[in-house]
Amino acid sequence: MTVQAIANAAYVAAALLFIMSLAGLSKHETGRTGIRYGVTGMAIAMAATIWLSFSGEWSETSFIGLGLLVVALIAGGVIGLWRAKVVAMTGMPELIALFHSFVGLTAVLVGWNGALHAKEMSAELAAVHSAEVFIGVFIGAITFTGSIVAYLKLSAKISSKPLILPGRNYINLVALVGFIALTVAYVITTDIALLIAVTVLALALGWHLVASIGGGDMPVVVSMLNSYSGWAAAATGFLLSNNLLIVTGALVGSSGAYLSYIMCKAMNRSFIAVIFGGYGIEAAPQGEEETGEHTEIDAASVAELLSSAKTVVITPGYGMAVAQAQYPVAELAKKLREKGVDVKFGIHPVAGRLPGHMNVLLAEAKVPYDIVLEMDEINDDLAKTQVVLVIGANDTVNPAATENPSSPIAGMPVLKVWEAETVIVFKRSMASGYAGVANPLFYKPNAKMLFGDAKDKVNDILKAL
Amino acid sequence: MSLIGVVAEPQAEARVAATPETVKVIRSLGFDVVVESGAGAKASFPDSAYEAAGAKVVATAAAWDADIVLRVNAPSDDEIKLLKKGAVLVGVLSPALKPELLTALAAQGVTALAMDAVPRISRAQSMDVLSSMANIAGYRAVIEAAHEFGRFFTGQVTAAGKVAPAKVLVAGAGVAGLAAIGSASSLGAIVRATDPRPEVADQVKSIGGQYLAVEVEEQMQSSDGYAKETSKAYEQRAAELYSEQAADVDIIITTALIPGRPAPLLITAKDVSLMKPGSVIVDMAAAQGGNVAGSVAGQKVVTENGVTILGYTDLPSRLPAQSSQLYGTNLVNLLKLLTPAKDGNAVIDFEDVVQRSVTVVKSGEITWPPPPVQVSAAPVAKAEEVVIPEKKKMSSRTRASLIAVGLAGLVGLVSLAPAPLPEHFLVLMLSVVIGFYVIGKVHHALHTPLMSVTNAISGIVVVAAVLQITDANVLIQVLAASGVLLASINVFGGFAVTSRMLKMFTRGDK
Repeated sequence: MTVQAIANAAYVAAALLFIMSLAGLSKHETGRTGIRYGVTGMAIAMAATIWLSFSGEWSETSFIGLGLLVVALIAGGVIGLWRAKVVAMTGMPELIALFHSFVGLTAVLVGWNGALHAKEMSAELAAVHSAEVFIGVFIGAITFTGSIVAYLKLSAKISSKPLILPGRNYINLVALVGFIALTVAYVITTDIALLIAVTVLALALGWHLVASIGGGDMPVVVSMLNSYSGWAAAATGFLLSNNLLIVTGALVGSSGAYLSYIMCKAMNRSFIAVIFGGYGIEAAPQGEEETGEHTEIDAASVAELLSSAKTVVITPGYGMAVAQAQYPVAELAKKLREKGVDVKFGIHPVAGRLPGHMNVLLAEAKVPYDIVLEMDEINDDLAKTQVVLVIGANDTVNPAATENPSSPIAGMPVLKVWEAETVIVFKRSMASGYAGVANPLFYKPNAKMLFGDAKDKVNDILKAL
Repeated sequence: MSLIGVVAEPQAEARVAATPETVKVIRSLGFDVVVESGAGAKASFPDSAYEAAGAKVVATAAAWDADIVLRVNAPSDDEIKLLKKGAVLVGVLSPALKPELLTALAAQGVTALAMDAVPRISRAQSMDVLSSMANIAGYRAVIEAAHEFGRFFTGQVTAAGKVAPAKVLVAGAGVAGLAAIGSASSLGAIVRATDPRPEVADQVKSIGGQYLAVEVEEQMQSSDGYAKETSKAYEQRAAELYSEQAADVDIIITTALIPGRPAPLLITAKDVSLMKPGSVIVDMAAAQGGNVAGSVAGQKVVTENGVTILGYTDLPSRLPAQSSQLYGTNLVNLLKLLTPAKDGNAVIDFEDVVQRSVTVVKSGEITWPPPPVQVSAAPVAKAEEVVIPEKKKMSSRTRASLIAVGLAGLVGLVSLAPAPLPEHFLVLMLSVVIGFYVIGKVHHALHTPLMSVTNAISGIVVVAAVLQITDANVLIQVLAASGVLLASINVFGGFAVTSRMLKMFTRGDK
């Protein structure tokens, strides 16, 4: 039994554990077990790989390698655990985007190493090897810069507006053709300058792809980058002839792609368009400005309205996350439920900046998850609801999506909050939402605006109750 | 900015076309509102309430002189003369039954919008006065019947003996019929209902009624949301059914109306004679000729065998405050459609099917009848308003050929590839498929944890870096070490953050 054979056996176990981990994560009941499977799988994979890596003759190189490995692992582990501990639940999207960039960058480094590492092989295999290096570096670099841009946009360090360069689709196409040409050239010449060129090209392409997608589509982008990071890992697996990397990368890649697809369907967007950064073009032309008179309401009247209501639906959005209002909102829901009011939460599939973002926040604030319903589950009940509280949501409750065919968000399924008897909209100002589309909801006669910080206002309502 | 006039109704009418509440909304659309003095008195809306809502209370002539005049009933000839040229009159005008009214309005050079000509499409439901009024009328019909009926509706077992529940037959399960079924069954009666459209059976059942099907070899499916006249064989069987039921039930409420035609006769004189003394019939179609032999519009008639036939035509008007509020809201919704800019300038857009349909006279020209609007109400009761364009499904043939091409390409590629590659492809493909299936049923709320765990797992790329860290080239070693560092942040951070998230998911005790 060679070391390689044992490592392979360990890889099979690890791959199975990863599959079980993903399966476990698709249900609440098995979620925690799922994580345990994942951690165990990772531990087995790491242990086997480290053993495999250091099983040869011990030399100075091995010692340097071991030293570097230990330092890197400890440093990485500490940084990772520290970030995971301190991140606010509202900062989750940024953190995940940043994590994706690490995978991308690692894939680039591994690709470069593959190129630098001179190995004796047949001409045919060498060509395959060169191509694999290029593909790995290309996907990795796109993931890297794409994730960085997503991170910057999500953390509001750069504007979330889509970047519209003239002929942007051609830029993407030319980059792709350029990549193929460079790959062919590299297979023939193996000139390291070409590798530098392709790295730069991919970095630029990744930047451009994500920069041209508007902030409103970021949930899909994060999920798509998740998929890319998987493909990057799979590409390194081809490069190093490592089945575990291929299996795991493909798992992540295809599940991430499927998740993005589910979300695209929820937003009525073309999957292909989002993947290739093509969506921004549709969102660019703005709908005509919606104007009119809106009615304001104060916290005390809202409290009165709520205590006399029988059915209340709360539809949170990114604004709730920004204001950190999930705790007072949960408290409000709890109080109303104690009074016998039927309180439900209606969650739009793309509320927030991450799929399931709202669920995470509400779960953090201990809102029981069986009163948290999806858009499809609650949309038909909204007409029978007495009071809807829209807390920091905008595009996901915009009636223009169903009423105005020329609106940039036309056709996107939305929560039909305006069908309820009364809609209270918590908002800081009359500004438009992430998609940059005006919202006629605010001017509906049954809509009342409650201006101010969502958290303060919900607290005011709690006091009045 | 246009001036809206709310005018008083004829003597017998208790409703009014605007309530203080709807006046507020109309004003928010940019209009000024004048109300004829005493217009809302019978619906318990005093002039002061309108003034408080921002309207001006004026005399009759001044109210009729407005740019847009809101009314419930059609105006009399004298009243038409009060309208100024170019004005817009909105009301229930029954254009199909009163051609002379349209002529008179056209002669006055005004525009007339008939609220009862709103097409039955989902988008226009908020303006459908026939529905909103029928709902009230259906309820009131049951109340009137209960008032005349000398017994309980609900069955009771008391120390003094057993009381059988009342049996109610509702003919026609439209809005009024359904409202009547609901009201009667909530009073405790046994309710049966007939309707030529079999698709309403579920609706009848849903509000507590029992649907009596007329069993003939023919089905009626209505394409414009209204009932139509029926065939011979059907009528015969239906007549038998009504005779059977008349002998059995205590109360009959008939609601059968066919737009633009006299109401069909459902309950014959013979049927009435079969009923028990003390029974009550409410003929809600009395104004259009009646569904019941012997009913008189607006009157209560008692037959020789002691059956009371109510032909009241003012049922909605008997709940004036609420029916005015609902009618007023219907008008507001129409005004909203006419003034999309909310600037107080009403514009009629003939491209819009709703606006086209309600406009029966435009600037002195008769525009009735409008082109037909097709709204299928069958077999699903409601037409979807927003039709999301479906992607064209690929035919199975193109699909098969695409799959074939893809497979052939893959086979070609793999068979040409050197040694380890085909094996890798196999692994890749199988994993891709597993990836799809394994998360296929993920609960929506778990998207974020799932993504964060796949993120942690994609940190597996650390394996690649570890394999390279023992390379003889120091540069490679350093690069690999950076890779290990980055990827392990991902691994540790990803798992930690996922388990932090999952810890928060709790289930409420229900």
